[in-house]
Amino acid sequence: MNRRLLLLAPFGVALVAGGGFLAMLRREQAGTFDPRGVPSMLIDRPVPPFSLPGLASSDLRGRPVLVNFFASWCVPCVEEAPVLMDLRRAGVPLYGIAYKDKPEATDAFLSRHGDPYARLARDLPGRVAIDWGLTGVPETYLIDRDGIVRWRWVGPLTPEAVTAELQPLLRRYA
Amino acid sequence: MIPELGHFTLALGVAFGFAQAFLPLWGAARGDARLMQAAPALALGQFLALGTSFFCLAWSSAVSDFSVLNVAENSNSLEPLIYKITGSWGNHEGSILFWCLILSLCGAAVAAFGGNLPSSLRARVIGVLGAAGVGFALFALLESDPFLRLWPPPVDGRDLNPLLQDPGLAMHPPILYTGYVGFAVPFAFAVAALLEGRIDAAWGRWVRPWTLAAWCFLTGGIALGSWWAYYELGWGGFWFWDPVENASLLPWLTGTALLHSALVVEKREALKVWTVLLAICTFSLSLSGTFLVRSGILNSVHAFANDPARGVFILVLLGLVVGGSLLLFGLRAPVLAASGIFAPVSREGALVLNNILLCSIAAVVLTGTTYPLFADLLLGEKLSVGAPFFNATVFPLAMPLFAAMAVGPMLSWKRADLGAALMKLWWAALVAAVAGVVMATRAALLPALAFAAAAWLILGALADLIERVRLFRIPLGASARRLMGLSRGSLGTTIAHAGLGVTIAGIAAMSLAHAAIVLLHPGETAKLGGYDWQLVNVHDADGPNYAARVATIRISRDGRLVTVLAPERRSFPVQQITTTEAKISTNGLRDLYAVLGEERDGGAVLRLHVNPLAPWIWFGALIMAVGGMVSLADRRLRVGAPARRAAVAAA
Repeated sequence: MNRRLLLLAPFGVALVAGGGFLAMLRREQAGTFDPRGVPSMLIDRPVPPFSLPGLASSDLRGRPVLVNFFASWCVPCVEEAPVLMDLRRAGVPLYGIAYKDKPEATDAFLSRHGDPYARLARDLPGRVAIDWGLTGVPETYLIDRDGIVRWRWVGPLTPEAVTAELQPLLRRYA
Repeated sequence: MIPELGHFTLALGVAFGFAQAFLPLWGAARGDARLMQAAPALALGQFLALGTSFFCLAWSSAVSDFSVLNVAENSNSLEPLIYKITGSWGNHEGSILFWCLILSLCGAAVAAFGGNLPSSLRARVIGVLGAAGVGFALFALLESDPFLRLWPPPVDGRDLNPLLQDPGLAMHPPILYTGYVGFAVPFAFAVAALLEGRIDAAWGRWVRPWTLAAWCFLTGGIALGSWWAYYELGWGGFWFWDPVENASLLPWLTGTALLHSALVVEKREALKVWTVLLAICTFSLSLSGTFLVRSGILNSVHAFANDPARGVFILVLLGLVVGGSLLLFGLRAPVLAASGIFAPVSREGALVLNNILLCSIAAVVLTGTTYPLFADLLLGEKLSVGAPFFNATVFPLAMPLFAAMAVGPMLSWKRADLGAALMKLWWAALVAAVAGVVMATRAALLPALAFAAAAWLILGALADLIERVRLFRIPLGASARRLMGLSRGSLGTTIAHAGLGVTIAGIAAMSLAHAAIVLLHPGETAKLGGYDWQLVNVHDADGPNYAARVATIRISRDGRLVTVLAPERRSFPVQQITTTEAKISTNGLRDLYAVLGEERDGGAVLRLHVNPLAPWIWFGALIMAVGGMVSLADRRLRVGAPARRAAVAAA
């Protein structure tokens, strides 16, 4: 009897592993599981202090704002541009930080794809990005009225992400 | 028209697959000789259908038919012809079709070369192969159709990922896949044996050549992939414990164990249940490795485009093949005769030790690869398991394995004299100890141990060979005759074991490598590893589908020119990807390795490496594969298994 159970053990292990993988896939489809994502250490913490020409950490208080890191050399940023323009038209305050980008290239990018930003800062050496723990561009953060980071989105913002995640949060922190 | 023909023959292949999965198995269960006889024809039919289908895909790609979505997304008119063809298996849809093609090739090979198998066993093996593959062919047809048309066709295609436009990588998937899929044959033999309810020595003899062939290909495929990572990714490393790399290493470990345990079945009719389990596990691991990569669960630089919806389909298929065979094992294995008892100090005892250690290593690697996923799923913890974990856990298990590897082939079957075997190895042990001590003064403890292990393995293999030909104890001519008369099987063992020693020496020597990142202006010189690296200039160059910046580096030692390297940075405009083309100069004992990085302030950032013995890593793997092939040429495998013995009494 013991031998029988022992011989069935591999099947049991495979069953458990298969169930685990199925759960991962299900939750990945539902968007609640992302094995690739690294959580931001900043969530629910104050914005790291910084001061750039055009924007400083002290400006991120008083009302909820979105901070968007972007660059003219970044292809997904082009893809993201229309979504940001829609946000601007919807009246969402959006601050842009140009990451490691020449000022004239940034300006050309904004005149071609539209300028959604209420304020624009330039982080040419990319030092502020290090404090924020930026993993790449574009990346978008939601800062509440007390200057606390509430949400981060890696990669280009999509209309689905705006309706599913961003809008409920904007209402909550409004 | 050609893509439609491909689509049609793919559907035909699926139909053949269903027939191949059901008719022979049903016939074998009912004892119907006509249905069993249909198996080889069905297997050949599936192979011809899928072969035509894949040929159509490669053709569409070669003639740049951009009305085919798959070609438009993965090819470009400017691309060299070879990459147009190899690109047909370098993408998700094409690679799945290719996988099915190779599995059908295995079925056809069993049909062609399995004439000496008992007809019921042959029918069952072919039937199981059909059952294992038909789901994936169906997946190719329904969920990842490579022949989908695109209207209107684009003017030009989006090009193959530039990292894959490389001769080494062009050949990597076919060899690796043949290795992965080749383990389907031992798997089918194992499941067929469970269905038949008996295993004997002849079964072991039939399984071994298939296992050996698959193992040779897998060894070659892994080595080629690692070599590609070394020179194309330009990181200077050769193995990153990346999930996809681990996924190929796992079946290699259990497959190596299978290779050795099948030997025990063949010679001693022991370890039967264990060998069947190993055969099932090896194919299950290669199947999971191939397809989990595509499901989006495993996170890797190598992964294809991910799609969780497709992932569920694949997971269900995996569950049916893996779960079904393991359930069958659980239910039917008790019927197989229990293994005999044997002395711990004997050839079979050494092979059991080999199995225990190899499977422990496989278990550790499997745990390290999947633990982060399950920790995230169950505990919500994000963590990553990297090289330090694998180095710390694999090494203590590998050392006793290496120690036993040189001794094992010297032990005789049934009962051996360990002392006598060790006496024959005293000089190998002495040299290994000296090598270890000398290296310990230059490098850390682990590399020193690895060097000792490498010397022990290479010299141990040599000692084994000397012993077998009785060198210096009988006239040289007689020794030469003994060498010629040596069984290919034991010669293959010796070669393969020495090959592993060569690989380990190469890996250990990586700890002595020098590397530096320098910013040089034209005319300036950097010193590294005793060489002077002078940047002569950086200039433009054009390729067929890319533009490149090329740095010219003169490398000299003590004022004498050694070589000139010209590493490149290539920009591929279609995919907007920049790749680094590392340049390597090797003399067999060390690699000089240069990568061109960014250019700034009129200078260029260069990454320079001096890697002693680096080529040995892949050269050793090649020796291992050659050893496998020599063993494959053994007379007892070529001539064919002798008539099956009377059925073994059930337990």
